[in-house]
Order: sequence, then C-alpha cells, then structure tokens
Amino acid sequence: MTMKADIVIIGGGISGAAIAYNLAKKGMKNIVVVEKRFIASGATGACGAGIRQQWGTEMNCKIAKMSCEFFENANEILGYEGDIEFKQGGYLLLASNEKEEEQFKRNIALQNRLGIASKALSLEEAKEIVPMLNTEGFVSAAYHHKDGHLNPFHTTLAFVKAAEKLGVTFMKYTEVTGIDVNGDEIIGVQTTKGYIETSRVVNAAGGQSQDIARMVGLELPIYSERHQILVTEPVDPILSTMVMSFTGNFYCQQVPHGGIVMGRGDAGEPRDGNINSGWHFLEEMARTITKLLPPLKKAMVIRQWAGLYNITPDRQPILGPVKEIKGFYLAVGFSGHGFMFGPATGILMSEIIMGEPTSIDISSLNLYRFDRGEMVFEPSVV
Amino acid sequence: MDPKTIICRCSDITLEEVRQAISDGYTTFDEIKRVLRTGMGSCQGRTCMPLILREISVMTGIPQEDLNPGRKRPPVNAVSLGAIAEGEDHDYES
Repeated sequence: MTMKADIVIIGGGISGAAIAYNLAKKGMKNIVVVEKRFIASGATGACGAGIRQQWGTEMNCKIAKMSCEFFENANEILGYEGDIEFKQGGYLLLASNEKEEEQFKRNIALQNRLGIASKALSLEEAKEIVPMLNTEGFVSAAYHHKDGHLNPFHTTLAFVKAAEKLGVTFMKYTEVTGIDVNGDEIIGVQTTKGYIETSRVVNAAGGQSQDIARMVGLELPIYSERHQILVTEPVDPILSTMVMSFTGNFYCQQVPHGGIVMGRGDAGEPRDGNINSGWHFLEEMARTITKLLPPLKKAMVIRQWAGLYNITPDRQPILGPVKEIKGFYLAVGFSGHGFMFGPATGILMSEIIMGEPTSIDISSLNLYRFDRGEMVFEPSVV
Repeated sequence: MDPKTIICRCSDITLEEVRQAISDGYTTFDEIKRVLRTGMGSCQGRTCMPLILREISVMTGIPQEDLNPGRKRPPVNAVSLGAIAEGEDHDYES
C-alpha cells in the first residue's frame, strides 16, 4: 500500500500530537502521524507529568511559561470532552547547600525577569506549604505557585482528538523502518503498514529519536537514559505541592486522583533502551522519601515503571530543521521535559515548518550549537 | 448484563464506560488502562483484565487468546514505603 502525505510526523507522544494539531490548525492538509505502539505509549506516558516554569536557562523558562499558559485553557482550546486534569499546586524546590541556594537565586532572578513569579523561601516558609517536610539537610527553597501536574494520557489524547477533527491521520501500531532520501531531499517513509510518499518528516520519536535520525544518516549528540518512577495507592489529599531536589535527585507529587508519584535519577542507569523496573530504585526511592516526608512510610506502593530521557549535552531540546537534509525537522532531546514543553513544541515547530516567524526566538536551540560551543547548560534537572 | 455493572473495583469503572472506550478505538487492555485507569489500582488488573479482554473480543471479533493482556508492572502486591525503606540491603538489580 502506498500513501501520500504532505508531512509525516514520527512519534505519537505529546510532541508529535501537538505539532500535528498546530500544523492542521494553520491549514496544512494530509498530515500523517506514525506511532510504533499507541498514543503516549513511550516517554510521554511514562513521565512524572509534573510541569514547572522554574528553570535555569532563558530558553527553558520561556518554553515552559508558554506551555503552562496553554495548559491553563487546554480543555477549552482543544475542545476536549474528557479532562486533562490540570492541577496547579506549585513546585517546592529544596536547596541542599549554599552553592545550590546561590544557583536558585540566579534562577529566580532570571525567572522573575521573564514574568515567572517564583520566589525564595526559608525552610520555615517551606514547612508552611508542606507541614510534614523534614528539612534536615536543606538550607532553603524556591517556590512557584503556578507549577503543577497533568494527566499525560488525557493531555496527549486531547491534542490527538483535536487534530483528528482537523483531518490529521494517526497510524497506531505502525513502525517506521526507513526513510528514503534522494540527494538531500526526502522522498518517502517506509513503515510496517506500507510506504508513505512525502517530502517532509518531523522526528518527534522521544527515546528513539537517534534511531530515526540515523535513517537519514544523521548522528545526534543525544543519549537515552532510563528513569524510574513509582506510584502509591490513592490517599486523601496530604501533599498539595511538588517537592523536588536537584542535588538530592528526587521529586514527589500527589496527583489529583490521590496517588503519590515519585521518581529519582541515578548516574548508573542503563543507556541501552532498557525500560524495565529495578529493585534498587525502589529501595533508594523509599529511603529518600520516608526520610524527607516521614508520614509516607505508610503509603502503599502499587506500581513502578520506567521511561527514557532523551538527553542532549546542555539538557535543552533541539528544535528546528537540519542543514544536511531538506524537509527533515527535529523536535528531540527534551532531556526529561518533553511533556511539559509539549504545547510550545507544537506551536513553535509548526511555525518553523510553515516558514513563519516564531512566537519565541528559538534559533539558539538548533542542532549546530554543540559544534560551535554555544551551549547554555541547564542546571535544574532531576 | 446491567451497563452500570462495575468492571474495575479499584477505580469504579462500569461496563458501559469500558464499552464506550472500546468503541472510541481503544482496543487493547493497555490503552483502556491509560484512558480509564482500569488496572492501575491495587489489584493491578487481576479482577478487571479478563473481563475487559472478553469485552474487547466481543466487540472486535478477535479471539480472546490472541489479545495482549497488557504489560505487568511490579510489585505483585502493594508494599508500604516504610517496609521497603527498612528492608535489608541487597546487592542485586532485578
């Protein structure tokens, strides 16, 4: 079977769905999204689904702010019959030492300059927000009340449903097996469900973005790393705010449904695509969180899982076209933050593809910044 | 059967809701789980999984034995964070 498309988007996660929706809204026809499994079955569905604007680089702050403002009205804008379950309970970031406290002060100054109303808190003020917090080992905190959490499946499905209404085709359970290039131009995409003739391809493949790029002979400076999460049985609301530490390497948040979701990074995590759950994580996570929030000792763990962070050298995404192949676009390397950046990714990528000026200047997020040494390192990542 | 019959006891999901999800195009256990939370509760799908697979089979015509029962996640039974934190050290990774 051979199909024709004006553009093929590879990846049915938040980025692919949001790009498809925005392109269709701008009037593009014949948009096909190809997804290996089902909607949000990769990194999007596995993520902690917290969203924050407290970032340490200007680009990450701006993209996060734009996305958060979209989330606030997403049910209405997208005409979703369900609910994306957006809760803005804030993020409390804990500083472990004076160096991190200084970093937070610089971040807050940057955020405030960009219109993000974050603020520094003493440990006493932090305890007013999270009374059960054990502040031992911390010196101060940063807080922003508009950060929060969403349901990653329903948020992605809201984009998918809105895109389908505008004529976008989503091909589930369809794997891309090759991309055909003639000279420096794309001519088609090979899939397990047939061939798609097209001159444009968007790589929004999350943890597999390097594999897709290799299909056109492009090596991305990216690796994919496993990150693990667990969730407890639903309990009454006891934690209004996300509690997070970069040096402590953890985050913990109660979602509206009542479950408490928590995760941590680990330098020893595999980088071979493995997303199986490990026992070591469960122990480390339990020890960390029961010390930090002692009443959670009684919380029952019911499920753990893992997903892939698609990590760039500066932990900022790569957004835009490439020089080597005409019609090949990258929306990759979100470094653990692709879900919360989804709405902005959709808007900005659609503007780039349509040849319009972008709402935010994202020229610094091009692929070639690494060669030129123009990296601005994002310090605030778990 | 009464359409209001509870299929998922952990998340209070009815037969009607399951059938609606299937007719909306969510024709695997893992997709329905993500849309309705069936199988995300403390029973980990042990109650609802066979019931949902039967409904998928009836509505899609695919024999039940050919349907994917979904990805299993640890732990098998709910365990408190306190019990895990106070457990003895292990030097293996599963």
